[in-house]
Amino acid sequence: MRQLFRFHGGVHPPEHKLESSTLPSTNAPLPGTLVLPLHQHIGARAKPLVQAGERVLKGQVLARAEGNLSAAIHAPTSGMVESIAPAAVPHPSGMADLCITLKPDGKDEWTERAPVDYRALPKEQLLARLRDGGIVGLGGATFPTHMKYTAGAVQTLVLNGAECEPWITTDDRLMRERAAEIVQGIAILRHLVGAAETLVGIEDNKPEAIAAMQQACAGRGIDVVSVPTLYPTGGEKQLIRILTGKEVPSGGRPLNIGVTCSNVATAYAVHRLINHGEPMLSRMVTVTGAVKTPQNFEALLGTPIADLVHAAGGALPDAAGYILGGPMMGLHVADGGLPVVKSTNCIIVKSPQLFPPAPPALPCIRCARCAQACPADLQPQELYWFAQSKNFGKAQEYNLFDCIECGACAYVCPSHIPLVQYYRFAKSEIWAREREKSAADAARGRHEFRMERAERDKREKAEKLAQKERAAREARANPAPAEAAPAAGEPSQAAGAQQQTAAAAMIAAAAERARQQATQVQAKNTENLTAQQQADIQEIETRRAKIREMAHHDTESPKE
Amino acid sequence: MLAALYVMAGIAVVLGAVLGFSAIRFRVEGNPLVDKIDAVLPQTQCGQCGFPGCKPYATAIANGEAEINRCPPGGEDGIRKLAELLGVEFKPFAEGAAQPKPKAVAFIDENTCIGCTLCLQACPVDAITGAAKQMHTIIAAECTGCELCVPPCPVDCISMVPVPQSLQSWKWEYPVFELRRAA
Repeated sequence: MRQLFRFHGGVHPPEHKLESSTLPSTNAPLPGTLVLPLHQHIGARAKPLVQAGERVLKGQVLARAEGNLSAAIHAPTSGMVESIAPAAVPHPSGMADLCITLKPDGKDEWTERAPVDYRALPKEQLLARLRDGGIVGLGGATFPTHMKYTAGAVQTLVLNGAECEPWITTDDRLMRERAAEIVQGIAILRHLVGAAETLVGIEDNKPEAIAAMQQACAGRGIDVVSVPTLYPTGGEKQLIRILTGKEVPSGGRPLNIGVTCSNVATAYAVHRLINHGEPMLSRMVTVTGAVKTPQNFEALLGTPIADLVHAAGGALPDAAGYILGGPMMGLHVADGGLPVVKSTNCIIVKSPQLFPPAPPALPCIRCARCAQACPADLQPQELYWFAQSKNFGKAQEYNLFDCIECGACAYVCPSHIPLVQYYRFAKSEIWAREREKSAADAARGRHEFRMERAERDKREKAEKLAQKERAAREARANPAPAEAAPAAGEPSQAAGAQQQTAAAAMIAAAAERARQQATQVQAKNTENLTAQQQADIQEIETRRAKIREMAHHDTESPKE
Repeated sequence: MLAALYVMAGIAVVLGAVLGFSAIRFRVEGNPLVDKIDAVLPQTQCGQCGFPGCKPYATAIANGEAEINRCPPGGEDGIRKLAELLGVEFKPFAEGAAQPKPKAVAFIDENTCIGCTLCLQACPVDAITGAAKQMHTIIAAECTGCELCVPPCPVDCISMVPVPQSLQSWKWEYPVFELRRAA
């Protein structure tokens, strides 16, 4: 038996897992349209490779990963690209983002699949495959998976099957039904980092999943660990703490302490990609709450959530709105047309009976129950205080950015203060200020460079003028060297042949010749001119001579 | 008695020498307060404060020659930061003076542009590309929205376009909720 550790705090919200975990998962029916946002992961938005009106095959790349921190998007089924345009995406702002809309043709025709033997491929190629296969963390954060496996020195690989949020049962069903395939995915991830130890953490409220995983992992050196049920055990840092006793440093990543962590569903997706050549096209989604038959679906990415609710027997009469994700951290939306994206692990249909409206908030009484519940060991009441008064510097001093927004503080708050909203507000405000600051710094740099350039131009002009003046003065004082000076500046084709003599007289002669040559060059285009033109030139020349005479001898030396 | 006087005088001389030396040796070039103020200013270089750029305005504030409420792009937040930095009272924007407005970037109507380069010379951050008799265009990412390029344009082809909100610039709103009414 492994020694387990504890993280600070945690809460026990009602689990509501049994509603949806009893039925086996089924494939969701093919929807009429699929809407695929180009930004389904943390990092840069994917870049579209197809055009509206193009026919695409299942598994074909629709948008490629842009840069390193990004992931590709693929066609979940064969069909026609209807449009690439802004459409509503699951985002708290409710704003539209660029999406590819796909009209399925019902044939479900695959593009060419290329399974590979991961043992034969170098690591870089495997990582590139993960990126181009659109693999991101399926626990909810959608961090591109390949970025987690770049480091070499990893002692412990942690697989996250905790699934601590109430209502959600996708990982539970996945582990029960496809344990063998998950284990094949784990083998690939382990091969990538060469971890000495591989741990699968599963909360003890999922005994069937634990049994299935233990059976599949037997004799493979993978330790399936049953961990006590406590929200938020499924948090990456919390699970690592429980299993290894190590704490991820503030502001750091698990890689800093030689640990890397992925969801079990991610391992499954990696297996499908590497061993079967199937990129990330679908994911397991729990549909639960106020629906007739809560259950899990294997849903194509881009499926409208209303379609899945319909497939689950439809919403109950008192249903109103949806939660994407769990009730603790999920996103409350009203629009049933929103698509399933890579982060959508659960659709909870809300009803006033299941989710009564929050009672009105009362002033903070500084009871510090939130501090007892905080799994990140923060002081939520202080953070609330600073966020409320927009004292962001102080909030950062109290490690606001170590907050994982799990909602445990708001859950226990006897005053029902929406604490997490304050932290989100403070975080986004700080990010916005940082963006402004860097823009201001860039502008300052550009302005200073411009001023410097203006200064340099002025200086160079003054220098040139001074040089000319000096030359003119010397010319008046001592005619011979003044003549020599321009000769030195003449192009070498004019004076080059005479250079070897190197005597002062010779230089003077060369200058003379150069000048003659220069006048010849000038005269070249004046052949075959009409009398009128010649007269014009004559006139201009006399005018020029006059100007030259008139010119101020001190500042302007006549040009030859 | 005399010995004590000598000792005191000696200490005074030594300390004076140390102070005098360090005043020369560790002399700070320029006013560090100017840089601190400049760091708070938004660097639009727009001149709405009446000074030719942010640094001159910062210098004027540091010398006590200018009020802290003359920078519209910085907004009230900027005034608050300046007030905090300088330890003075917050002062709202003066009535009738320029008020803060949403961030915008310049846009050149390229069909109308005649390529006169006047806007190029006006831009304080080199955010316009172009050459004589060539069409000019704004590098939107570098434009600070100072509007200095608008008046010089002889054909009025530059307009200010407000920057729309995007998912990247979206911010969580300040939570507003109702407290339970007493009684």
